[in-house]
Amino acid sequence: MRISEQWLREWVSPKLESKALANRLTLAGLEVTRLEPAGADLKGVVVGRIGSLREHPHADRLKLCSVDIGRRGRLEIVCGAPNVVAGMKVAVALPGTELPNGVHVEKSEIRGVVSMGMLCSAFELGLAESAEGLLPFDSDASLGQPVRDYLQLNDMIMEIELTPNRGDCLSVAGVAREVAALTATRLKAAHTKIRNIPATSKRRFKIKLQAEQDCPRYVGRVIEGINSTVTTPIWMVERLRRSGARSISPIVDVTNYVMLELGQPMHAFDLDKLVGGIRVRHAKKNESLTLLDGTRPRIQAGTLLIADHKGPVALAGIMGGLDSAVTDKTHNLLIESAYFRPQTIAGRARSLGMQTESSFRFERGVDPYLQRQAMQRATSLLLDIVGGRPGPILEESLTRHVPRRASVTLRRRRLTQLLAQELPVSKTQGILTRLGMRVRKRGDGWRVTPPSHRFDIEREEDLVEEVARVYGFESLPSKMPRISMGSRFASENHIPAERFKAVLADRDYQEVITYSFVDPALQRLLEPATEPMTLRNPISADMAAMRISLWPGLLQAVVYNRNRQQLRLRLFELGRCFVGTGKNLVQELMLGGALMGPVLPEQWGSEARAVDFYDAKGDLEALLQVTGGRDEFQLQPGQHPALHSGQSAEITKNGANVGWLGALHPEFVAKLDLGDPVFLFQVRVSVLQTARVPQFSEVSKFPAIRRDLSFMVDAGVPAQAVLDCAAAAAGELLVDLQLFDEYRGEGIDSGRKSLSLGLTLQDSSRTLKEEIIEAITVRVIDSLQAGLGAELRKK
Amino acid sequence: MSTDSVQEKLTHLLDDAISAITAADSVSTVEALRVQYLGKKGIVTEQLKQLGSLPADERPQVGRWVNDAKRTLQERLSVRKQELESAARGHQLDREVLDVTLPGRGNGVGGLHPITRTLHRVESLFVQMGFEIADGPEIEDDYHNFEALNIPENHPARAMHDTFYFDEHTLLRTHTSPVQIRYMEQHKPPLQIIASGRVFRCDSDLTHTPMFHQTEGLMVDEGVSFADLKGVLVHFLEQFFEDELRVRFRPSFFPFTEPSAEVDISCVICTGEGCRVCKQTGWLEVLGCGMVHPEVFRHVDIDSEKYTGFAFGLGIERLAMLRYRINDIRLFYENDLRFLRQFN
Repeated sequence: MRISEQWLREWVSPKLESKALANRLTLAGLEVTRLEPAGADLKGVVVGRIGSLREHPHADRLKLCSVDIGRRGRLEIVCGAPNVVAGMKVAVALPGTELPNGVHVEKSEIRGVVSMGMLCSAFELGLAESAEGLLPFDSDASLGQPVRDYLQLNDMIMEIELTPNRGDCLSVAGVAREVAALTATRLKAAHTKIRNIPATSKRRFKIKLQAEQDCPRYVGRVIEGINSTVTTPIWMVERLRRSGARSISPIVDVTNYVMLELGQPMHAFDLDKLVGGIRVRHAKKNESLTLLDGTRPRIQAGTLLIADHKGPVALAGIMGGLDSAVTDKTHNLLIESAYFRPQTIAGRARSLGMQTESSFRFERGVDPYLQRQAMQRATSLLLDIVGGRPGPILEESLTRHVPRRASVTLRRRRLTQLLAQELPVSKTQGILTRLGMRVRKRGDGWRVTPPSHRFDIEREEDLVEEVARVYGFESLPSKMPRISMGSRFASENHIPAERFKAVLADRDYQEVITYSFVDPALQRLLEPATEPMTLRNPISADMAAMRISLWPGLLQAVVYNRNRQQLRLRLFELGRCFVGTGKNLVQELMLGGALMGPVLPEQWGSEARAVDFYDAKGDLEALLQVTGGRDEFQLQPGQHPALHSGQSAEITKNGANVGWLGALHPEFVAKLDLGDPVFLFQVRVSVLQTARVPQFSEVSKFPAIRRDLSFMVDAGVPAQAVLDCAAAAAGELLVDLQLFDEYRGEGIDSGRKSLSLGLTLQDSSRTLKEEIIEAITVRVIDSLQAGLGAELRKK
Repeated sequence: MSTDSVQEKLTHLLDDAISAITAADSVSTVEALRVQYLGKKGIVTEQLKQLGSLPADERPQVGRWVNDAKRTLQERLSVRKQELESAARGHQLDREVLDVTLPGRGNGVGGLHPITRTLHRVESLFVQMGFEIADGPEIEDDYHNFEALNIPENHPARAMHDTFYFDEHTLLRTHTSPVQIRYMEQHKPPLQIIASGRVFRCDSDLTHTPMFHQTEGLMVDEGVSFADLKGVLVHFLEQFFEDELRVRFRPSFFPFTEPSAEVDISCVICTGEGCRVCKQTGWLEVLGCGMVHPEVFRHVDIDSEKYTGFAFGLGIERLAMLRYRINDIRLFYENDLRFLRQFN
């Protein structure tokens, strides 16, 4: 909310300069986020009156104005504004003036005629973003007066960020009340007492409350015979501007002014366009209404409406209808000042995709005792500006539905305990009283009744907060708490996720964090079988699906960097993926990686080689090794729609899938325009985190024996099958088994391949005898031959 | 043969041997000379063998001479051998000179995302204070994200959350606060936890990304006060920024805490003078906090008369940006390697 300090100080003026005042408000919870001058200093700009007008001899659109600037005489000024007329009072920039928009005004010749200055628009004075024509001043403006003085620009604008609980501060009066309480300054009486404007007409209009709880009070008033062709006085236009509101028409300006001043949103109807009487009621099915902004939203049944006997004329508390709006032809008005229940208005405007100053206030709570006062204030301003004869105040109230603030108990003991400080009784009472609360001492505490505008005070803690914030959070003590020892310590069976991040980072991977929602089209290509959770209101269509895999995000990061000349990519991410829906939704942490380009950073002396499947597998195996149970995981050929059918492995543990590893399918490499192969892996983090606590076994004192054997097998036989078979045949004396060579080509039949195994044998209690070694070797050879058709090449 | 002539013969022999040793240019030549003179059939060895043929009275004298010559040769041979070995090693070193300024070979070292780095730091500081780590789901229900946190439907605070929805009751959590509820549903006080993770708001512009990270803190026990909240957070901020910051607690509003505060620190960029980052105020808002609202305790069945507590929520991106002076939040999620590598 923007508020003019000048306006505020008309209500309450503590002995604090602007900055100190702003700081006091900030430290009490009304955060002043900006404090800026209300206008430029406008040195050299004075009030002038256009005496006579002549056509410019050489230009159709220009006029020669004779401008009276008071004691300093008359100036001939050339002006091209469309609204320039004789008798108008305007801002005159004298030669030598620097205007806020950067224009430097000098005596100058314009198409052969000398101009002694410049007549200004609101834009040129820095008072509007744009303007068409001159800014007209009121007829009582005194000639020659500096415009800064005339417009009272010696003012600061405070931008206050109000929290949703402080709807009571959404007005000058509200902030003034707060300032008075915070600084122990009195509110100025002139503004708190509002003059009653007696009726000079008997004209009434029927008002019927048909939604008792939602609108328990509606105050109306007819004003007859107004002149709606006048303009809003400049002082009001200026105050509106400083509050961030645009001047629209004198009547609308008055209703807005009262709202800004007192906090009561109001509405003005063109009485002659209303039929029968006002009915405050709920919308029926299929009702609609064209609003002031020209939209015609579908109104949900049950929405609170202001209607006449013909149909809806306003969305209660949100916006008026276009058909009954005031125009410059309006003669008779019906002014509305009502109380709507916050819960009734809350969310309605938003569900219609709009928020108005009015709904913003009603949903936060407008003082239910403010309506008559606001009506008097508005009447008084309207009579001054548009004239007319006011009728009697028409009030419909259902007192039993008008909210009353219940009293709240505040225990001194509780206050002391929560703040860790015992405040003097008088201090606490003083704070609450200044905030407008009725305070009665009750035992070791108080019974406190908040004022009608404080919707937010409902329980003891609310009062604790009030006392604390006015006393000042700064002044409250600070200490380190006594923290009881935690009861749950990390188990050695559980490896923290950070460990796996460290392994990959140390293997030259860069961690990325990608959005949890991904492009549904890309994800569908990679994971066609699983339906993702889909956002109802995504930021954009390509961020609409929750990821079921880390790969879409990783691939997008690959593409992004690839497009920025990064050719060697090793990326990983650890984050949640979302599989299933409803009760079956699983939000599981996954760890995934993507790598492409050279296997090593560019360097001398190492042969440059592109990364391949086995590099990726090596990195994945490093992760599996961290668990201490590498052998519990199996990697077997498997088919995944995102992966190359011949280069993909399913990772399983105890027969269940725990992840995938492989080359991105060439089709997607082409689709993503990546050029080179990309290798991907992904594994469930919870499975990695389940670690084995190591158990010691005796280190043998006897020598280990190694035997190397080469076999020929069919090319289609997986190496793992050969290893498994050899290990089983060798038995428990086998302590290590390495596959140290794979060969195809010359010397080997096509369709066959050579595999070389290194068997390390060792006994824990004796040196192995040659016969035993030989027996084991023969067992391995026979077993491989029988099981896999392997043929021994050489020992 | 007279003793004189023996002596003369030995002297010659010694002279010849010494010049041969001196002239030897390889360890193998030295070794050959050792064999030639001192080996089993060596010249000097032969001399010793011939002692028996001398008259008994001359034997001791000649024997001494031969032994002296033997010792001298042994010494000369050993010195020469060492000289040659050392020269050879010198040659080897010269031959094997490398340009040690050539870069080393092998793989590089990658790194963690700056958000991870910041999260680890925040977590470790609180863990050292005695907080435990808790966790919760990212796809939440409206009960845990809003209702149990005292944000009823249509509350203006809900509108401020810009929530992503899947259906009427399922959403992406807008803050880490639902973990408070989930934890208190399972555990009874005393408790002190922190919970970090991704949160989501339907908002994307120059200063907002639709996903960001928070760390939530919660402490509940008998007698926990606003003073404890201030103590813990001031301590944390000073440790995190490694600086004696000015810290300001400013009253604010969150439906799930009462009293509520926002915490500002003196601007770490301009140290309070006023700059672009702090919008000329000299202060930076870094977190929100407050005393747990009794309504929240009611939802998790904790007696708010007996127990009190505080809660806080830190914006991790904000902390990372201030700590590492990052000027655009969107950089975190572009995952540009040229950005990410700066934090390795």
